[in-house]
Amino acid sequence: MKPFTYERATSVADAAKASADPSVRLLAGGTNLLDLMKLQIETPARIVDIGRLPLKDITETPDGGLRIGALATSTAIASDPVVRARYPLIARALLSGASVQLRNKATAAGNLMQRTRCAYFYDTTKPCNRRIPGSGCSAIGGHSRADGILGTSAACIAVHPSDLAVALTALDAHVETTNGQGTVRTLPVADLHRLPGASPHLETDLAPGQIITAITVPPAPPGEQIFRKVRDRASFAFALISVAASGPRYALGGVAMKPWRASASEAVLAAGGDVDEAVAAELSQARGHGHGEYKIPLAKRLLGAVIRQSRGDAA
Amino acid sequence: MTSFPTGSDIIAENRGGLIGKAVDRVDGWSKVTGQARYSAEIDEAGKPLYGVIATAPIGKGVITSIDATAAEASPGVVLVLTHRNAPAQAPFGAPGEGTNPMMTAKPVLDSPEIRAFATPVALVVADSFENARAGAALIAATYQTTGAAFGFEDHLADAALSPSPTAKVEAGDFEAAFAAAPVQLDETYATPAHNHTQMEPHATLAVWEGENLTVYTSIQGLKGARQSIAWTLQIPKERVRVVSRFIGGGFGGKAHVAADSILAAIAAQRLGRPVKVAMTRAQMFHLSTHRSASRQRIRLGAGKDGVITALSHDGVLHSARYYDFTENVSGLTRALYTVDNMATRHDLVRLDSPMACAVRAPGGAVGTMAIEAAMDELAHRLGIDPVELRIRNEPKVGEGGRAFSSRSLVECLREGASRFGWAQRNPVPGAVRDGRYRIGMGVGSAIWHTLLFPARAAIVLHADGTATVRQAMTDIGTGTYTILAQIAATALGVRTADIHVEIGDSDFPAAPGSGGSFGAATSGSAVLDAAMNLRKAAAELAVGDMGGPLFGGDPAEAVFAEGSILIGNQAVRLTDLVSRLSPGGIVAEGRLEVPKDYWGKTRNAHGANFAEVAVDTLTGEVRLRRMLGVFAAGRILNEKMARSQALGGMIWGVGAALTEENHFDPRYGSFVAQDLAGYHMPAHADIVNLEAVFLPEDGDDNPMGIKGVGELGICGAGAAVANAVFNACGVRVRDYPLTVEKVLQGLG
Amino acid sequence: MRKESAVSATSDLCVHGLAGLHVGGGPALTQVIDIELIVNGRLTSLSLDPRVTLLDALREHLNLTGTKKGCDQGQCGACTVLVNGMRINSCLSLAAMHDGQAITTIEGIAPGENELHHIQAAFIERDAFQCGYCTPGQIVSAVAMLDELAAGQPSQAAEDLSAAPVLTDAELRERMSGNLCRCSAYPHIFAAIRDVAGA
Repeated sequence: MKPFTYERATSVADAAKASADPSVRLLAGGTNLLDLMKLQIETPARIVDIGRLPLKDITETPDGGLRIGALATSTAIASDPVVRARYPLIARALLSGASVQLRNKATAAGNLMQRTRCAYFYDTTKPCNRRIPGSGCSAIGGHSRADGILGTSAACIAVHPSDLAVALTALDAHVETTNGQGTVRTLPVADLHRLPGASPHLETDLAPGQIITAITVPPAPPGEQIFRKVRDRASFAFALISVAASGPRYALGGVAMKPWRASASEAVLAAGGDVDEAVAAELSQARGHGHGEYKIPLAKRLLGAVIRQSRGDAA
Repeated sequence: MTSFPTGSDIIAENRGGLIGKAVDRVDGWSKVTGQARYSAEIDEAGKPLYGVIATAPIGKGVITSIDATAAEASPGVVLVLTHRNAPAQAPFGAPGEGTNPMMTAKPVLDSPEIRAFATPVALVVADSFENARAGAALIAATYQTTGAAFGFEDHLADAALSPSPTAKVEAGDFEAAFAAAPVQLDETYATPAHNHTQMEPHATLAVWEGENLTVYTSIQGLKGARQSIAWTLQIPKERVRVVSRFIGGGFGGKAHVAADSILAAIAAQRLGRPVKVAMTRAQMFHLSTHRSASRQRIRLGAGKDGVITALSHDGVLHSARYYDFTENVSGLTRALYTVDNMATRHDLVRLDSPMACAVRAPGGAVGTMAIEAAMDELAHRLGIDPVELRIRNEPKVGEGGRAFSSRSLVECLREGASRFGWAQRNPVPGAVRDGRYRIGMGVGSAIWHTLLFPARAAIVLHADGTATVRQAMTDIGTGTYTILAQIAATALGVRTADIHVEIGDSDFPAAPGSGGSFGAATSGSAVLDAAMNLRKAAAELAVGDMGGPLFGGDPAEAVFAEGSILIGNQAVRLTDLVSRLSPGGIVAEGRLEVPKDYWGKTRNAHGANFAEVAVDTLTGEVRLRRMLGVFAAGRILNEKMARSQALGGMIWGVGAALTEENHFDPRYGSFVAQDLAGYHMPAHADIVNLEAVFLPEDGDDNPMGIKGVGELGICGAGAAVANAVFNACGVRVRDYPLTVEKVLQGLG
Repeated sequence: MRKESAVSATSDLCVHGLAGLHVGGGPALTQVIDIELIVNGRLTSLSLDPRVTLLDALREHLNLTGTKKGCDQGQCGACTVLVNGMRINSCLSLAAMHDGQAITTIEGIAPGENELHHIQAAFIERDAFQCGYCTPGQIVSAVAMLDELAAGQPSQAAEDLSAAPVLTDAELRERMSGNLCRCSAYPHIFAAIRDVAGA
């Protein structure tokens, strides 16, 4: 961990202003950032602790949706009665996403902003375009069992580790952001993260100084909410593949550097196509990388099963 | 019977009822309250300086330049050690007082050579952990990589016969018998590298007082560590004291002195201050040892009745180029199914890898994952129940015609089958469904060596009637503190609370340490001998005490019970005797020598592991449903702690079967998983409904009639799980672990 | 440094030694932060490098070594402590983040001196540990888990997320899965907690 100065933010606007400086990192729960700082993958000169800002509320919105403060912890969200009753998908994703110890600390916005768990990103002795632009991608040709099958590039095949993001994407949730000037912008969670392309180090569409203040979730569509996560252990493990369903909307996790909305599947189904066609439409472009090839059939099976379950078809 | 010194009868008599009892751990209070201090937590030497190791980012090569100036100028840094300023040390592996690899030299920063990934290149010492860590990141070095062989699969063709004396063992004529057998099975199984992932990373606090060095470190064997450290640093071993009172897991990974000990010792001497060095979790994957990956070919020739007439089990293992280690995968296979025609061999693929070495149940853990899966395949092919097949192949005598000291494998299989409800198992794979899950049962036999080594111990009986046991032994979680208290208390007729067990200090009488499941037998036998000698001394004192109640009695008839010595109907309290006649205490020493005829018998512990799994036919996920291990391991000293050991071993088997693997990246020479999110040891939710049962068994393997239990449970456990997966869904995965992609591929 | 920025030290956060901080060579003054923690009920003042984690503050500055460092990256649970009653991984938190908060460690989990918490006693009785290194984290976690259950917090093992949670076997295992044990004492940890929590 490189030396840094520690400050505590006193207002959201100030935190946003400070974050415009690339040498600044905002510290919320710290469960990802501090780990990365110990490894010097993150080397901020200034830490602005935003943990005490009043962004923790979870409130119902007039349209019947939900507004989750950026600093609400996973535990607070998953324990919220409205979330449990109306957005069980969010609760399920969070509850399967980490240990209780981590959930007590990790925040909603931090969850979305966490960085990949690709082993080669973490191993600082290896080339990684995401960590050091232009250095190469060690996952390609390496042990890429956990890496992606959709939206990958020749520069990066990592996946985003958030389960919450997958749930929020199926729910058409948005992030609400602000900057130091008080300009509020919203963007869909599905559009928050960038696919790697040629510049995997650019991870989100947030501008410098733009910070997430809340997640807004519209009223859930009718229909079952489902979250299925395949992983190596029964608990305390990242998803190999996950699928979220909220009524007729589906999203995949563990496949790309962003939560992957299954828009192609949804379109096929909306047009009256069958489940197999819908699954094929989404995953026909999938490309595996060595040890990760299995993710294609696994994603197909899981997406198909979740679609059938959500439509009430027999499994 | 093998003859041992006295004491056997005292244990058998078990007058105080302590032998076998579920006695609470005597160190339990200190562990549950956080008072037990592990090596990095020792505060008796005052505030230390902190050392952080910087490691090489390459897998093989040489340091061409190293620049420590930025690190040296970094806040709080007081010393940077590199190969340029480290003291001369004995070369790696140089034998000191012998070639036992745990006693040989383990130099660090001794040359610019990088022979494996993460070889230490510097130690940065600072006034705080944070400053040392930041300083270590500032070490600037350049390297020249040299030609290397990293990939096991890529270099299988380079495999060569291991130099181990048991690398190649043959009996009868395997090839002819195999060719003649009506049924032939020839399958190859693969197991990956495993890491110990003890919860406590290696850590050392080194303190010099004048010419004398004390090394507080997390190590399984003190005698070896002392010699290894002394020899490495080229100082007399009398000037080195190694202390290891609490060890946060060993499993073989703390058998050898690691870089933390050597570096802390060098830095502490250079600075004249105590220095603490702890490895990071990531460093543990390369700077500690690991289990070799294996390819195991099993050939079984059998009759239609399933009786095996020809058996071959060949292993190809990886080993570090600079340190030969042979994972003896088939040694226990020969003991499990001793047939007339056997051929086993071990070939090594020497790689430029970190050091492969012992991991819990070396050889047996992964060897049984092959042979016990092969037995299941043979059973399935012949339509014979897997339990019955094993019973049909139960040998009458051990290898080389040597009789068994005791062997209750068939009893374990039968008792296990009965308790587990094995009769309900449907032999047709994939026949049992529960929703989207397919359910299956599997069995695997367990076997582990019963070993014994020389050891010494001392006991002091104090004037207050309590006694102190001293031995340079360790407790890596196995329960040494407690069983030594039970043994000494039994012999002296006192409560376990009256026994102070002082171990974990190389200044005490020597014992070989913890490993190979020989700890309790070896260490306990020496303590028992010391206690017997103490009894003799105390009894003689009592009968010679003219004013005492036992005066003139026959010391041979002395009974020690409830804090007293009794002869006939006369008694004297120990506290009265000692405080009056020997107020400074009565001291006795004991020793265990391994009888010359010890290996005239075949000595193993046995068991049977039964597992039931659910396979998610949608995703290929395998989850354990329940598991039972039935074991026969001689007399059980402490029912509760033995059960802990057995269950722990079984869970290691579950992990090896389902989740545990580390991939050695053939491009870089490094492990891919370098944290506990990437290396998947089982979590609590993975472990459901486990039971371990011990069958009573007699044995003459040591004065206490015990056998080791630390490594028995793991053997056969992994295969039981894999066999259950086959029974559940018809998918036979011969490439462990059975992760979703492999099961899914089989499900089609 | 943009002094006009309103991001600044709050009145209760005392920062000194900022001048001259720079990264990448040469001696630099390191920032020191004065904080107060209420550790096991005792108000404790510390002057720390901001890089000091809560775990290292406990172990290296307060000599409370019962809280263990197993991975230092939130993946094992050995460092579990309670912060204002909630369990967290103390390795993934800076001590400075907890200024003014109440920390309970294994050393403070028992009701009094020379007493054991029921969970601690049950761990001994059930032999719910071997090497003992994960044990403080397991115990602190178990104590917190019972409170979380009483507070109605759900886990992924719940069939019905809206219902008040019941400590089924699956719930117990799931809720304790953030604490790894390589000795694999899980069956006995399970039994110990079950003894205290009831069937």
